[in-house]
Amino acid sequence: MATKDQEKYLELEKIIEEHKGLPGALMPAMQKTQELFGCVPLKAQQMLADGLNATLSEVYGIATFYSQFNLEPKGEYVISVCLGTACYVKGAQDILDRICEEIETMPGKTSADGRFTVEATRCIGACGLAPVMTINEEVHGRIMPDDVPSILAKYKK
Amino acid sequence: MEKKMISLTIDGVHVEVPEGTTILEAARKAHVHIPTLCFLKDVNEIGACRICVVDAGARALQAACVLEVAPGMVVRTNTPEVREARKTIIELILSNHDKKCLSCVRSQNCELQKISLDLGIENGDEFAGTMRIYSVDDLSVSLVRDNNKCINCRRCVATCNKNQGVGVIGAVNRGFNTSIESAWDQSLAQTACIGCGQCIVNCPVGALYEKDELQDVWTMIDDPDLHVVVQPAPSVRAALGECFGLPMGTNVTGKMVAAMRRLGFDKIFDTDFAADLTIMEEATELLDRIQSRGTLPMITSCSPGWVRFCETYYQDFIPNLSSCKSPHQMLGAITKSYYAEKASIPAEKIRVVSVMPCTAKKLETRSPGMDSTGYPDVDAVITTRELGKMIKSSGIDFVNLPDEEFDPILGLSTGAGTIFGATGGVMEAALRTAYETVLNKELEKLDFHVVRGIQGIKEATIALGDVELNVAVVNGTANAAKLLDAIRKGEKTYHFIEIMACPGGCVNGGGQPIVSAQDRLNLDPRIERAKALYKADDEMIYRKSHENPMIKKLYDEYLEKPNSHRAHHLLHRHYVKRPKYQNQN
Repeated sequence: MATKDQEKYLELEKIIEEHKGLPGALMPAMQKTQELFGCVPLKAQQMLADGLNATLSEVYGIATFYSQFNLEPKGEYVISVCLGTACYVKGAQDILDRICEEIETMPGKTSADGRFTVEATRCIGACGLAPVMTINEEVHGRIMPDDVPSILAKYKK
Repeated sequence: MEKKMISLTIDGVHVEVPEGTTILEAARKAHVHIPTLCFLKDVNEIGACRICVVDAGARALQAACVLEVAPGMVVRTNTPEVREARKTIIELILSNHDKKCLSCVRSQNCELQKISLDLGIENGDEFAGTMRIYSVDDLSVSLVRDNNKCINCRRCVATCNKNQGVGVIGAVNRGFNTSIESAWDQSLAQTACIGCGQCIVNCPVGALYEKDELQDVWTMIDDPDLHVVVQPAPSVRAALGECFGLPMGTNVTGKMVAAMRRLGFDKIFDTDFAADLTIMEEATELLDRIQSRGTLPMITSCSPGWVRFCETYYQDFIPNLSSCKSPHQMLGAITKSYYAEKASIPAEKIRVVSVMPCTAKKLETRSPGMDSTGYPDVDAVITTRELGKMIKSSGIDFVNLPDEEFDPILGLSTGAGTIFGATGGVMEAALRTAYETVLNKELEKLDFHVVRGIQGIKEATIALGDVELNVAVVNGTANAAKLLDAIRKGEKTYHFIEIMACPGGCVNGGGQPIVSAQDRLNLDPRIERAKALYKADDEMIYRKSHENPMIKKLYDEYLEKPNSHRAHHLLHRHYVKRPKYQNQN
């Protein structure tokens, strides 16, 4: 029985095969990879580079340039803290710092238990709720740093 | 077909240039100097840094390095708007640059420093703000990357990809966070970098430089118990003068030897001698492979950047690599065996320092098997630039030194050894010896012009009696990849191929004095430095490796004959397959 991971890499081989020789194949193949793994891991990047006649540097450069690609899988819950102007002046940086402190990670990274990924985002258009953050689809507005532990606790169960 | 001529005016001067010319090049005809940073002719023409902006009559200023001339164009390069824009661009670059010029290896030879001075930048702190602080990557034995000095021009990236076909560095992240890195923030040492150092010689600033071994060398010289031998590669003499302001292509052999003696080296031998030795071994190996139907084509192994490229990216060609060590390794092994015996100096007291136009030699000398005598063949490898630094720091008045001679017994060389530094040189030297060995008669015309010159791939068919020898000469590992791909597909067949990793060969190696992108528009170091070597060859008494009296003596007294058991032990090597990626997960 192949493990889930092995199956994914077999799938990736198919993706690469489908894209071979096509002009501009790298980006669409990377998008498919992102969908497949939830990120574009190192080994996948090496396979993409070798299969599509690119260098690993090129693949890594693209993966770090576009925000829709991740290097690590995202957590179960994605916390997006708005750092748009309105939220920022209302202290969104303190919220972000507090979240990182609580779950011991950094913006753009995932907590060790794989539960939370923290991201700083641009204006999400909810300035009336500033400072605002979303956790997956749920919106939390007008929050204070001290509200952070109780909000996170809801998702820890 | 003749290109259509376009006339335009630049700063009021009327010029006429062929269609397709850029404003940057056209301006040179009008004696107008337009500054550049990211521009590197034919390699990196991306108009990214914007320092070359000019007013060409459009709504906004345009980058002269990528803007082509058009009929009747009126270009102005010296308006208040252009001056202001250029100053702003430099100030913005400096706002995220460490500005530690005092201790920078590129001080006085830095394109950013020059433009800052030319434009009258004062402190470079007009836009002082957040700076990105990077740790310096000095884990590679060949090169160091210091992103605190990097201006993100991408010349190194383009060189690594296009010229070398390696591509182990690239732009990472986005916006202010953009930096030049290896994938997954690895050190260069963890990547499949071939150590050629072409990124160094194409960097406009001090973000890339060789791993300095000078302290090791000084320690050896300063130890009275040690007998320190130095050997310069052929190309060093054709470029070292540039470190002291001499014109490109000046042959400074005599002054170089004099300077080395004053630095305190005990013996000054010549890698050119070992180049002759390499030819003896390699020509014999080639003839043997042809006669015994061994693996062909045989490919030269003098260029460690190329060898590393083969070991990593073209492993199926490892059996094609000549088993010969490169000349400086051979000289090291002979110094610690034959010379040690002759001079009655124990090998453990001898240290060999190689001065090379190359940063990959630093990698090579640490490869397995480079210690046939039981001691390292070579104890330190320094670049032409490092030798220049040594001479400067010792207060030696290089330009006014008298010419001095290499030391006996391993200092005598031929023209064949000298031309090793230029692309095609190893091939030509080998052909001279192979011809006379096979046909047992004197070669009338020694110059094989067909293998000279800086084209990326040269091919020729040479008649050796009734044997037709198909040969190819390649410079730049990206060109090597092209040729090897053609061989894999069966489109090409050869007997003998010379491959040098650097464009133009060792004369333009990664350890050579650095020529700015602008100066290269006037003078091509690949051509000028090679000229110095071919001229020296032309003036030599001996021009064929097998005629070198000291080579004959070495075989008579010690090695017996080329490819003998002892020669194999001391002068030949093995290769290893190297992984492209180190951290398979």
